[in-house]
Amino acid sequence: MSQHPDDDTWLVRPATIRLLWRILWIVLALTVAAHFVIKVKGYFVIDAWYGFGAAFGFLACLLMVLIAKGLGFFLKRDENYYRGDQEDD
Amino acid sequence: MIDLLPPALILLAGALLVGPLRGHWRSAAVLLTPLVTLWAVWQVPDGVSLSLPFLGYQIEPLEGSALRRLFATIFALMAFVGGLYAFRQARWYELAAGYAYAAGAIGVCFAGDLITLFLFWELMALFSTIIVWCGGTPGARAAGIRYAIMHLLGGVILKVGIEGVYVHTGSLDIQPMLATNFDTWMILIGILINAAAPPLSAWLADAYPESSPTGSVFLSAFTTKTAVLALILLFPGEPVLIWIGIYMIMYGIIYALLENDARRILAYSIVNQVGFMVCAIGIGSQLALNGAAAHAFAHIVYKALLFMSAGVVVYRTGKRKCTDLGGLFRTMPLTTVCGIIGALSISSFPLTSGFTTKTMISQAAADGGLVTVYFLLAAASAGVFLHAGIKFPWFVFFQKDSGLRPKDAPWNMGVAMVIFAAICLWLGIFPETLYQFLPYPVDYIPYTAGKVVFYLQLLLFSGLAFFLLLPMMKRTLTISLDMDWLWRVFALRIGSALYNALGSAGGMLEDASLKKLTQLAAVGRRYLGVGKSEASRGLFARTWPIGTTTLWIAVLLTAYLLVYFL
Repeated sequence: MSQHPDDDTWLVRPATIRLLWRILWIVLALTVAAHFVIKVKGYFVIDAWYGFGAAFGFLACLLMVLIAKGLGFFLKRDENYYRGDQEDD
Repeated sequence: MIDLLPPALILLAGALLVGPLRGHWRSAAVLLTPLVTLWAVWQVPDGVSLSLPFLGYQIEPLEGSALRRLFATIFALMAFVGGLYAFRQARWYELAAGYAYAAGAIGVCFAGDLITLFLFWELMALFSTIIVWCGGTPGARAAGIRYAIMHLLGGVILKVGIEGVYVHTGSLDIQPMLATNFDTWMILIGILINAAAPPLSAWLADAYPESSPTGSVFLSAFTTKTAVLALILLFPGEPVLIWIGIYMIMYGIIYALLENDARRILAYSIVNQVGFMVCAIGIGSQLALNGAAAHAFAHIVYKALLFMSAGVVVYRTGKRKCTDLGGLFRTMPLTTVCGIIGALSISSFPLTSGFTTKTMISQAAADGGLVTVYFLLAAASAGVFLHAGIKFPWFVFFQKDSGLRPKDAPWNMGVAMVIFAAICLWLGIFPETLYQFLPYPVDYIPYTAGKVVFYLQLLLFSGLAFFLLLPMMKRTLTISLDMDWLWRVFALRIGSALYNALGSAGGMLEDASLKKLTQLAAVGRRYLGVGKSEASRGLFARTWPIGTTTLWIAVLLTAYLLVYFL
């Protein structure tokens, strides 16, 4: 298991991962660029703005991760939290 | 005269056969009864086709409609593929319970009156609890008890509502109503408990991941989706459902983001997905109800597929936490690919069943002019990709190399996954297959270039957000507190505090009464005490002279005479 990274499966080699990132960026650029050619029919004006889906998706996720992180501060407990209680019975 | 057998009874008979049969006969029973049930489902005509007296009521255990047949179809299909997935690995009593549970769900589908609905509802509660217990661990036992309590409570609330509706309207028919009075609210709450709506949503993520790898596949399908069907039948257009649905959607995302247990991530995302359906039922237009039904159908398939792939991982590795898993794609290619197809479907990626069904709900929100709801649904679609679409496959199959090199799925589990993965893609590419069976005529076009571009932007940039924010999403060995903390811990604390307070109060009382008792004893001794010597005896215990006694008798008789004459 503790082999050199280049000996592992093709998919996890650093070179492949760099390639995958590059492909992701290209695909992202293409979906935004497609907006030039294809008219997005918005329902409420702003969702037809250029690149709205991209910005909205990214920001929504950012916000949700931050909210989860913040709530996690209050809600997260050790995984044996309830189990400890049960043993007291 | 019964001219056709209720489909639920066929599956129930199958459940009863699983126990006594052995070997190939059992396998045949497991694989064939759901198919016979499926056939029977399609023989049920529209309208009431069976009516019989029951405890002085006239019940209608078999009423058909397009919507009812659609749900019964997916439940029977689910029983078949779930049975195929489980029949070589699960114990016979888990299979039997699974089929009885599915029979309950199908019974609810065709229930023509509230009493039948309630009976099959309780059948589901009973056998789903047994499936949770089939997890076999102390954790599963405890979770099963909590699960049973919650569902029995829900059942009682539902029954109170049903009785109220019968007493006040004289009708047991299943017909659209609004939550306007106590009775209808009770019915709504009873159903919503099964839909894992707030504040009682914790049971789902508590119980499902404790079941066995095969059990969780059955659990993922029936309880919440029969609740969705019941809501469509009873509360279409009930406005409160819109916001309950939105809450469930957001709850599912946030909790799934915080979660470390792979199957619990999927359990939270059930709440999230059912939230979409509940919201659609609240919107209540024909498009919205079509969307809710179609999404329920698609959801059962892809969620079962996700639970199957997670189940294979648990079955092969015995591990369930993201922190212990990772890198499994090397030796489990089939499970990985099927898991990814399920994950893409739940994220409503174009060309999957999620896209062709969930976008109907968004469209219905837009058509209804519900601006906020529409944008929240769009944000939630991005969030689904984040918490289930990427998070689940990433942490289970990729992430880091956990060093685990498990074998891929056993053949029957593999075939089951391939069937459901194929359905996910088929319904994504040929949505008309499903659209023709929806309750209302469909004039919805899922694939317009603009919509595809919008959703691709939304989803792919969510993917970008996931990988950029990955350091913030490092898995921790934690659980997240939910509403059930209130009764699992807080109420317990209050209870034990009360117990202690009562205990010490009791002690104080005991001390005080002891002191009182000794005083009383002293008084008693003074008047009645029997001592050794004459002098130590109590006042009334001494031997008195005859004269004194005669005098007292005379006094008493005089008093008696006086009282008599007065």
